[in-house]
Amino acid sequence: MTGRVHLYDIDNIDTDRIIPGKYTKTLNVSTFADHCLEDLDSDFKTKVQQGDILVGGWNFGCGSSREQAPIALKVSGISVVIARSFSRIFYRNAINIGLPILEIPEHDISDGTHLHIEFESGKVVDGDTEYSSTPLPQIMIDILNAGGLVQYLKKNKAYNL
Amino acid sequence: MGQTITEKILSTHAGHDVKAGDLAIVNVDAAMASDTTAPLALKAFKEMGGVNPWNPEKTIFVIDHASPAPNERIANLHKQMREFAMSTDSILYDEGSGICHQIMVEEEHVKPGQLIIGADSHTVTYGALGAFSTGVGSTDLAAIMLTGKTWLKVPESIKIILNGKPNSGISAKDIILDVVGKIGLNGATYKTLEYSGSTLKYLTLGDRMTIANMAVEMGGKAGIFETSSLELPYNFEPVLPDSDAEYIKTVTIDVSSIRPKIAKPHSPDNICDIDDVIGTKIDMAFIGTCTNGRLEDLQLAASILKGKQLASGIRMLITPASRNILNQAMADGTMNILSEAGATFIPPGCGPCVGTHLGVPGNDEVILSTANRNFPGRMGNPNSHIYLASPAVVAASALSGVITDPASIGHVETRKKVNK
Repeated sequence: MTGRVHLYDIDNIDTDRIIPGKYTKTLNVSTFADHCLEDLDSDFKTKVQQGDILVGGWNFGCGSSREQAPIALKVSGISVVIARSFSRIFYRNAINIGLPILEIPEHDISDGTHLHIEFESGKVVDGDTEYSSTPLPQIMIDILNAGGLVQYLKKNKAYNL
Repeated sequence: MGQTITEKILSTHAGHDVKAGDLAIVNVDAAMASDTTAPLALKAFKEMGGVNPWNPEKTIFVIDHASPAPNERIANLHKQMREFAMSTDSILYDEGSGICHQIMVEEEHVKPGQLIIGADSHTVTYGALGAFSTGVGSTDLAAIMLTGKTWLKVPESIKIILNGKPNSGISAKDIILDVVGKIGLNGATYKTLEYSGSTLKYLTLGDRMTIANMAVEMGGKAGIFETSSLELPYNFEPVLPDSDAEYIKTVTIDVSSIRPKIAKPHSPDNICDIDDVIGTKIDMAFIGTCTNGRLEDLQLAASILKGKQLASGIRMLITPASRNILNQAMADGTMNILSEAGATFIPPGCGPCVGTHLGVPGNDEVILSTANRNFPGRMGNPNSHIYLASPAVVAASALSGVITDPASIGHVETRKKVNK
């Protein structure tokens, strides 16, 4: 897939900044799009379009365990999150809801650029530069390929390593 | 090769020996969700085809994050939790019961050596008891409700050796803020912190909960204490690391030299000695949360505020971590002292920490809090400034209206050995 980059190369973007706690208590998850990243960039919701790519810094998604954080990015239209590193719970949550994430510790990706992503190989092509992302364990690839953990368990009934 | 505490507990729960770096499917001893995470977990559970949780007695729901309900939307989410718990015989602690992590320990839903998964990042608190406990999101929790299992990567461990007797007036919060400052917000990502050392004999279960609680503020998957010196109301077999266990890193901390610590805005690892910020004007003081809302925290605040009044213009909010704590603090007069000093009470629960309702600060206001996080917007307003500190520092500062070292107003609390 190919998508346009929204670059927030800031370390420790925590879940409160991705979706503040005061907006998380609802099952109407489409409302998260109105507030996603609002404390970091109040223009994000007007700039983002379906299929865009979010690029973050180190320790992206640290803080609370709220799954509402990756859901907020997904319902905003973000199709892939790339970061230098991810917090552990955000990493699991994103895969579990079927939002692909790629860890690329060292990169020089610019805001507004278009990236081409090959999910099979984990390669990210930025013009003449090609980046390799940290490989996911097989179980996470399986969960992602199923479309998320709900679909994975509906199909498999149990975890398989 | 010997095993860390983490490797031992995860081996037991995987049914075979595992070592750091292995992926394992593990049996879970209890699964917990709060009103922030349970509604999405129940939705995912039903979508997975779930009807009854794998073990209702080990499936625990707590209404604590926005409790009592501040609006009809949240009231209806709470209602869903009650209805599910009622129809499946799973366990529900309703509004006013307290913070999930305090309840899990008080009600003995967690014991040493167990593996507990909670849909809240501060589930790491149970490491105080020598359990491996960690936070997940709602869908991961739903999968445990369905299967009784989860998968995880066995984390590498960082050994934290706490040595020496804490000085008078130095609390568990000062110790953990020192550790967070040294390890950093990202320094333990995917790793377990395993605590040992001579300081442990001075640390109560509550102290250990305060320290274990903030493992996640270093990115940690768990923060586990050696339990050889811990006394509990029941017998248990301590899980101890082998002498030749492998650690990715060992950090030794001389606790006897620690000064009161402050985490400045806007990150829990932005740590300094109190001396650097003494005199900073505050607008609001907050004592509560899963980090520091226990009886000893309230009693300590009361010992500082007894017979005195909050500084002019200062608000002080107090949230006991559980109903049990509230009842004890009422019975022993602690609540009277705090109320007479001018403090405002919030029912047991997460209270202002999560910015969902009650105690939201105004623009440019400064809050001194006993919580574990001070990210921008954490308490509901991104334009406020949150400092984190111990209950003694918060109480002393509420009296003077500026950040104050409790020792400077004559408050000296001497520590004694609490364990064998």
